[in-house]
Amino acid sequence: MKKDEAILDLKNISVAYGQTKVLHGVSLHVMPGEIVTLIGSNGAGKTTLLKSLFATPSPYSGEIFFGGEDITVLPTHMVSRRGLSLVPEGRRIFPAMSVSENLAMGLVACTDKSHAGPTLKTIYELFPRLYERRDQRAGTLSGGEQQMLAIGRSMMAKPKLLLLDEPSLGLAPLIVKTIFTTLKQIAADGTTIFIVEQNANQALKLADRAYVLSNGAISLTGSGTELLSNEDVKKAYLGGH
Amino acid sequence: MDFYVLGQQIVNGLVLGSTYGLIAVGYTMVYGIIGMINFAHGEVYMVSAYLTAIGLAVLAYFGISNPWLLIGLTMVFAIVFTSLLGVTIERLAYRPLRRANRLAPLISAIGVSLILQNYVQLSQGAKNQGVPTLVEGVFRMGSEDHFFQITYMQMVIIIVAILAMAILNFVVQHTALGRACRATQQDRQMAQILGIDTDKVIALVFGIGAALAAVAGVLITLNYGSFDFFVGFVTGVKAFTAAVLGGIGSLPGAMLGGILLGLAESLFAGFVSSDYKDVFAFALLVGILIFRPSGLLGKPTVEKV
Repeated sequence: MKKDEAILDLKNISVAYGQTKVLHGVSLHVMPGEIVTLIGSNGAGKTTLLKSLFATPSPYSGEIFFGGEDITVLPTHMVSRRGLSLVPEGRRIFPAMSVSENLAMGLVACTDKSHAGPTLKTIYELFPRLYERRDQRAGTLSGGEQQMLAIGRSMMAKPKLLLLDEPSLGLAPLIVKTIFTTLKQIAADGTTIFIVEQNANQALKLADRAYVLSNGAISLTGSGTELLSNEDVKKAYLGGH
Repeated sequence: MDFYVLGQQIVNGLVLGSTYGLIAVGYTMVYGIIGMINFAHGEVYMVSAYLTAIGLAVLAYFGISNPWLLIGLTMVFAIVFTSLLGVTIERLAYRPLRRANRLAPLISAIGVSLILQNYVQLSQGAKNQGVPTLVEGVFRMGSEDHFFQITYMQMVIIIVAILAMAILNFVVQHTALGRACRATQQDRQMAQILGIDTDKVIALVFGIGAALAAVAGVLITLNYGSFDFFVGFVTGVKAFTAAVLGGIGSLPGAMLGGILLGLAESLFAGFVSSDYKDVFAFALLVGILIFRPSGLLGKPTVEKV
């Protein structure tokens, strides 16, 4: 992969659940080292876009390239092995497993597990709460801790691209702030981040570039700061202030 | 109540119950991972009984006569072929129906069950088959005419069953493989997204379930000495009852349910009527399903969204 080549490149993808079309010809790309965000209202198709990367379901037209490889129809369990890792909407940690077992699940995607020790240490440093609760059942964690766990689980795979689906959903503002600060730190350590958010304010402040998704199509794109000051974005996604 | 009869029935119950537990594991693990009752599981056990006889015959042909070696090698032989059978059944009869309506794999399972019964009946004959007694000897407690006993074979059954359960429990709780199984059970799609080939995990669960049924099959066959193509039905339904009693989907539940059902059946046979022990076991199944469908260790089912 060349340095100036996009790490993730969606070319005109359209996605449907059965007969219901959700995405209509979406194109976007993420360059290595960038933080890119996709904002949009509820039902715009943000989650669908992320899920289509994992073939759940695959786009019915268009192509997805990751690191130059066409992954459009790669089976779900093979995608993360290429270096994509998803922090899904609603966290989806394994509630009956301990915190440390959940983290170990992130390693499944790696053939080379030699980084496990140091990465685990980094995660516990980023989220000391997880270290304190490492033997506790994950289902007993608070929402914020579960979100930290979901992020930690994804980081265990040492992904080339970290995908996050609404990491701020249902969390107290203070915890959202912690999460975003941590994401900044993760990005500074060299992980490329693509983050899908309804909480546009936080996401745009963090992002290098941003896309706006409305009704299943990209309606606007620009740098994070550009969109933060854009009148339409302000009105629609930032509560008009 | 005669103390010695009670003791004897408890011994018999524990022996019977540990074999129920071994078979119940197959029902409960498969249910846990794909939410389906594998009604062909009893037939898988039945096939392992035939494999026991075949294994013993082959080993005898090679002149092996040490009983412990015979039991060990027959066990390995039966486990290998029975788990292959379990995996094959899943691949051919259930996996193609993974996205179908819930009733479809259930009907498919009944079909597999009929195929196996009839195939075995046609190929091996409908009459009772037998294997020789390999381990003789009993351990007696009590006086000359008031005693209860445990045969060495019964001891072997209990020890092997405990060993098999302990190994299974270790694998499920403490290995990457077991973690993959539990992850698949808790959230299959998320497990896939994290890189687990869930089809392989499901196949593996069928393999493990069949392997434990084979352990039970070898032990029961060596203990009773006789079997026919129909033994899978009653034993299968009993083991299913044990799984439901313990809480279907729960591994410790299957073990506990097996032991409790074995004890209940054996005590009923000893003190009430041995003719009606099956009726009692199935009445118990109906009772649990009505009054405590989630079983002893199961969680009340929450409809998945």
